[in-house]
Amino acid sequence: MSWGGWSGFWAMGGYGFYVWGAYGVTLAALAIEVWLLRRRAREAQA
Amino acid sequence: MNATIRWFWFASPQTFFPLAGTIARACGWLAVPLAAAGLYVGFFVAPTDAQQGEAYRIIFIHVPAAWMSMFLYVVMAFWAAVGLAFNTRLSAMLASAIAPTGALLTFLALWTGSLWGRPTWGAYWVWDARLTSELILLFLYLGFMALQASIEDPRRADRAGALLAIVGVVNVPVIYYSVQWWNTLHQGASVSLTRAPSMAAAMLAGMLLMALAFWMYGLWASLTRLRCIIRERERA
Amino acid sequence: MTAALRALLWRDLLVALRRPSDVATALLFFVVVASLFPLGTGAGPNLLREVAPGVIWVAALLSSMLSLQRLFAADHADGTLEQLVLGASPLGVAAAAKVLGHWLVSGLPLVAIAPAIALQYDLSPRLYGTLALSLLLGTPVLSLIGAIGAALTLGVRGGGVLLALLVLPLYVPVLILGAGSVAQASAGLAPDAQLELLGALLAVSAAFAPWAVAAALRIAME
Repeated sequence: MSWGGWSGFWAMGGYGFYVWGAYGVTLAALAIEVWLLRRRAREAQA
Repeated sequence: MNATIRWFWFASPQTFFPLAGTIARACGWLAVPLAAAGLYVGFFVAPTDAQQGEAYRIIFIHVPAAWMSMFLYVVMAFWAAVGLAFNTRLSAMLASAIAPTGALLTFLALWTGSLWGRPTWGAYWVWDARLTSELILLFLYLGFMALQASIEDPRRADRAGALLAIVGVVNVPVIYYSVQWWNTLHQGASVSLTRAPSMAAAMLAGMLLMALAFWMYGLWASLTRLRCIIRERERA
Repeated sequence: MTAALRALLWRDLLVALRRPSDVATALLFFVVVASLFPLGTGAGPNLLREVAPGVIWVAALLSSMLSLQRLFAADHADGTLEQLVLGASPLGVAAAAKVLGHWLVSGLPLVAIAPAIALQYDLSPRLYGTLALSLLLGTPVLSLIGAIGAALTLGVRGGGVLLALLVLPLYVPVLILGAGSVAQASAGLAPDAQLELLGALLAVSAAFAPWAVAAALRIAME
């Protein structure tokens, strides 16, 4: 699957807003959960 | 000693604590390459869809999140039932540990589905059977968490939440079979245990890799949270 | 066993009759909520006729939820509940009796009042029968499921709102079937499917909910 460079990749055939909106929020949400859990684990250890 | 199975060997929080850590670490380390492989296949191997263009690539997070949201609820209800039946603290703690991750994945299923629906169906939200029952699933998770948070005594909180989780588990088959039982806008099942899949091989491969990645993540998050709960409770 | 059930039921009904304001408030709430919608959405007759089944059903849901607070609170406060839990008759039977008393006083009147609300919404009179039947089948389910929530949140802080959060998602199938039956009938089709499914829900919840309520009461009373 060739995207014709990075610009094609981000544009996602015109659907960039939807695709990256979905992936972005997912990544952010999971990152927040990971961070919160690791912090909780640290505090529980203390 | 006779040959009875020591069913309750790991039922003690102290005994399970180190094992939980080992499993969690292993799952955490597995999730990353699985996700990397899944995303690579999803974005660089799988072709463009004939009808939906590139928008369909949301499938690689939407379907795994939705599968995990249902799966985690059933697992949560299972351990809740075990905790009620055998009065084991650890089972109840595990049910409580699963809930926040399950709720988050349900939200992500709804969120990614909404962004996928806008370009393909023309609407961010419709009140069809599958979307509505997935929304109810989110409310059930949140209700479980709210109930446990509002009861002071941990054992009573465990048992009350367990009962609620068990009552709510009927919703999961409704979500799963909603696309068969009702005329819904949401697409029917393309992946089945009994029939050949109706999607391109690369798309299926990407989706399954991501599903495994989400499963490993779910295990890591639940067991890590379980260890936190064990530490917090044993201290009090 | 039926003697205990009857005695408990009779007692609950007497208590409710001696405090009519408790009962009347929930019913009045039903009427008020149903009256609010036309004021909010504008009183176009076609719109009202279309939303009437949904609005009446949502109002019934909310009214049922409000009156659930009363189900165990008074008995919990004065120790009667403890006696019931420790008592000779099966707790599931006692729970069933309490739920039946609750429904007779808070649910059944809604069935009677609903046609008056339907009149306000200019719902066609040929639909009154379906509306009443759907409420007749559905409101006991609401009482049964709601009782589980009421027992789980007994004495818990944030009780009322928490009860709503727990119980409303479980109410959704009843709402969809109940309002759907009237909508189906208004489209000229037979509402049999929805009413039969409501009947099935009633049968299943009548069979299982009392035991879930009993389990929840035991958990709450420890």
